[in-house]
Amino acid sequence: MTTYRKPVSNTWWLESKPYFLFVIREFTSLFVAGYCLFLLLFIAKAGDSQEAYATLILSLKSPTSMVFHLISFTFILYHAITWFNLTPKIMVFHLGEERIPNALIAGAVYLSWGVVSLIISWLILGS
Amino acid sequence: MATRRTCLWKRGVKVSETFEMEIFRYYPDKDNEPFIKSYEVPFRDDWVVLDAINYIKDEIDGTLSYRWSCRMGVCGSCGMMVNSVPKLTCSAFLKDYPSRKIRVEPLQGFPVERDLIFDMDDFMNKLTEVKPYLLRKEGEEKPLEEGEYLQSPAELAHYKQYTLCINCMLCYAACPIYALDSNFVGPAAIALAQRYNLDSRDQGRNQRQEVIASHEGIWECTFVGECSVVCPKDVDPAAAIQRAKVSSTLDWFKEKMIPRSKG
Amino acid sequence: MSKSNEPVLWFLFSAGGMISAMVFPILLIITGVILPFELAGEVTFERIHNAVKNPVVKLVLFFVIALPFFHWAHRFRFTLIDIGLKPISFLVSLLCYGGAITGTIVAAFILWKI
Ligand code: SF4
Ligand code: FES
Repeated sequence: MTTYRKPVSNTWWLESKPYFLFVIREFTSLFVAGYCLFLLLFIAKAGDSQEAYATLILSLKSPTSMVFHLISFTFILYHAITWFNLTPKIMVFHLGEERIPNALIAGAVYLSWGVVSLIISWLILGS
Repeated sequence: MATRRTCLWKRGVKVSETFEMEIFRYYPDKDNEPFIKSYEVPFRDDWVVLDAINYIKDEIDGTLSYRWSCRMGVCGSCGMMVNSVPKLTCSAFLKDYPSRKIRVEPLQGFPVERDLIFDMDDFMNKLTEVKPYLLRKEGEEKPLEEGEYLQSPAELAHYKQYTLCINCMLCYAACPIYALDSNFVGPAAIALAQRYNLDSRDQGRNQRQEVIASHEGIWECTFVGECSVVCPKDVDPAAAIQRAKVSSTLDWFKEKMIPRSKG
Repeated sequence: MSKSNEPVLWFLFSAGGMISAMVFPILLIITGVILPFELAGEVTFERIHNAVKNPVVKLVLFFVIALPFFHWAHRFRFTLIDIGLKPISFLVSLLCYGGAITGTIVAAFILWKI
């Protein structure tokens, strides 16, 4: 029997909002990798010498660095929020007949995010 | 049932407002290409999209072909794209489309046979591929006289959600991965496999893993998540797939890291 | 159909996704504004220098960088495949995971040297 199959264009992800948001979520990975590279640079300078480190810190005040950080932060924050929101879907626990509500698990994840952030700030910046 | 419903719009209900239905038409023996045809139907507050389509078939154009049966969201046969979103047309109300105009197309991702009817053989094959029935290990099958396998309500709770699927295929229509590659086993079939994998009476997970843990099984899924959004029964197939990824990953580490011990 | 080796890649993707979601936002705030503008008072070079020389810190940093590289590789590979590069999926995989492996080696090298 002859049938008709609608072709899928390579721009399918521009055709609906949920698909578009999905592709944005996937593209956040680029900024994750970008920040990994920055961290490597930072570590190399911090491990090198006082001058190298001071030059780096100075360059962090430049507009280029500000824009890089701002854009990376936006996308990585989107990554973090979508990631945490999907976590309860994967972690399913039952207590007898009741399933532990998604909101409770998500809450625990967000709480640990806050705690981790505090610990990191304290470790790096001191009291 | 059908007769009583046909009477509704003939009972002298005053119809002053109309609703525009753009319908995907395709008749392979006559047309080379599908086309969109527009119909004007009366607007009624209590009508669902399926009512409007039935009106077209009964009153305007009897050649229109489509599937439906229960008219109450349980048979799963009336799925169509309404304004590019997969919907059960018997549960989508006209009044929720305030622009008074919708476009109705066959579910996306499947080959269209005629008008709104598509070929579901692929889906049916996938359902059987995952062996959706209780499997027991060799020698562990209870003889019939010993009665049924017992299960506690807590054990039932682990998979109950996945039993609610009505095979409406909306989740496939929402899945861009399936549209791009129909080899992908897809949401409902994987959720169905999980329904049996998580059933305390079942021992067939290893057999199902041959399909589920293959590349075309769960690993093609990139967690777009739209399957769960459109599902009318809250089966949450996207979560079923991710959970299968977790357990298959644990399997993988067990298989690679721990020397095989015959058990 | 045969069982796929995808699990190991998915595991690295998930671990890297979790790590980057948990620690990258706060690190971005620290390197983006707090350190350059001394919002938390002066953080001395010695403090940072000694920290990155500490073997335990080095080990942690290694995972904090290497795993997110694999997170990127896996996710980006599928993004490219989904938006139309399926015909060259092998090349895409090669570039993505190759990139992550290179990044991991560079990270190990930098941490080793300091
Ligand atoms: S999982 Fe939901 S959307 Fe998919 S076939 Fe079953 S009921 Fe329909
Ligand atoms: S007609 Fe049965 S689900 Fe709509």
